[in-house]
Amino acid sequence: MQQIFNFIFKNSYRLLFLLLLVVSLVLTIQSHSFHRSKVISSANFLSGGVYERISNVNEYLSLKGQNDELALENARLKALLFNAKDSASLPKIDSVKGVDKINIIVSKVIHNSYTVFENYLTINSGSAAGVKPDMGVVNSAGIIGIVDKTSKNYATVISILNVKSQINAKIKKSNHFGSLIWNGKSTGFVQLIDVPRLASVRKGDTIVTGGQSVIFPPNIGIGTIDKVFTDNKTNYYTLNVKLFNDMTNLGHVYIIKSKDREELIKLEKKENE
Amino acid sequence: MNSALLVNIARFILLLAAQILIFNNINFLGYINPYPYILFIILYPVNGNKYGLLAASFFLGIIMDMFCNSGGVHAAASVLLAYYRPYIFKFSFGLSYEYQTVRLNDVLTPERFSFILIAVVIHHFALFLLEVFRIYFIGEILLKTVLSTLFTILLCIIIIYIIKPNKR
Repeated sequence: MQQIFNFIFKNSYRLLFLLLLVVSLVLTIQSHSFHRSKVISSANFLSGGVYERISNVNEYLSLKGQNDELALENARLKALLFNAKDSASLPKIDSVKGVDKINIIVSKVIHNSYTVFENYLTINSGSAAGVKPDMGVVNSAGIIGIVDKTSKNYATVISILNVKSQINAKIKKSNHFGSLIWNGKSTGFVQLIDVPRLASVRKGDTIVTGGQSVIFPPNIGIGTIDKVFTDNKTNYYTLNVKLFNDMTNLGHVYIIKSKDREELIKLEKKENE
Repeated sequence: MNSALLVNIARFILLLAAQILIFNNINFLGYINPYPYILFIILYPVNGNKYGLLAASFFLGIIMDMFCNSGGVHAAASVLLAYYRPYIFKFSFGLSYEYQTVRLNDVLTPERFSFILIAVVIHHFALFLLEVFRIYFIGEILLKTVLSTLFTILLCIIIIYIIKPNKR
């Protein structure tokens, strides 16, 4: 016993170093594993609060651009509305249950990262506003990512510029599905992999969300095809997709809250049992 | 409470604040950021409490990780640097560094420069290796290390010259 104490006392500096190193390595490895288990995240009151303060200041500098963006989106929505079949009597909200399946929560990006391989955004609404993990995040131009962690007033979002992210997407014209990933190289481009050779792909075709998952509703814009690579081994296409969104400059975002989500997850769980 | 402790606490907070508010948003060429917050570890008194340095480095890194959403990479790199600091001192200033009065925040000499260089390289290489975590991207890791190291050293030297206490 005496010797054990002696050993601990003699090597206490080294042991403290090893302890701290192991703790930080465990945190690192957890943050890299695919399943969400991040312990330290910016969705807490300290870093969330600091980022919100900074973003409040920065917001003033980009007001003009944000206004232009909103005006454009309004114009597009007005066009949709006026071109409805009967413009005299505008469509009322359908009172039959089950039609309004999707709720939108508006939020703001208060911290944006795009310089590393695993990028996360921080937004300023959390569980108090009804945000839950695995909800889709979009803005007026296209998709942005998937909610990762939530606290009371903040949430972190796995950006599509994250090598861990994988999103179901399709070619708008032909409905061929593939998986959207990021290779970590450029902030303006993501990759659509596993597109069957049968699909006719051309530069400039639009890529939209596929709707096979419960996270995103179908037909939300992602980007356009920039380059087509063929993989000789697997008979699949890999497409380089130029994003509609400028991921380095994000303001207001919308979080998609699907009412069917819990029902679908429950059903799929039952199927797997 | 002695003044050395107060100076260290002030450095801890000021460097973290500067790092999070300013240096994390530089994004030179899209992805190169300097990390001058490690000046806290570099400038820690030579004969200061080494347990305190280890613990403080760990918390410095963990707070950086919280703000960068990066798990524990800054904490691991900072603890590593804090642990190997005496060995770097020995390498740069010779065996008897403990008996000399080594002052880092002073005029730049080759010894001081080599100390800062080695410290920054060790920290940054560990940082980017853990951050990327894929040996497949070793080219990117080395490129990031070299470019960020240049940037950090430049800033460290500028900061040392700015905050150098003028008592001669």
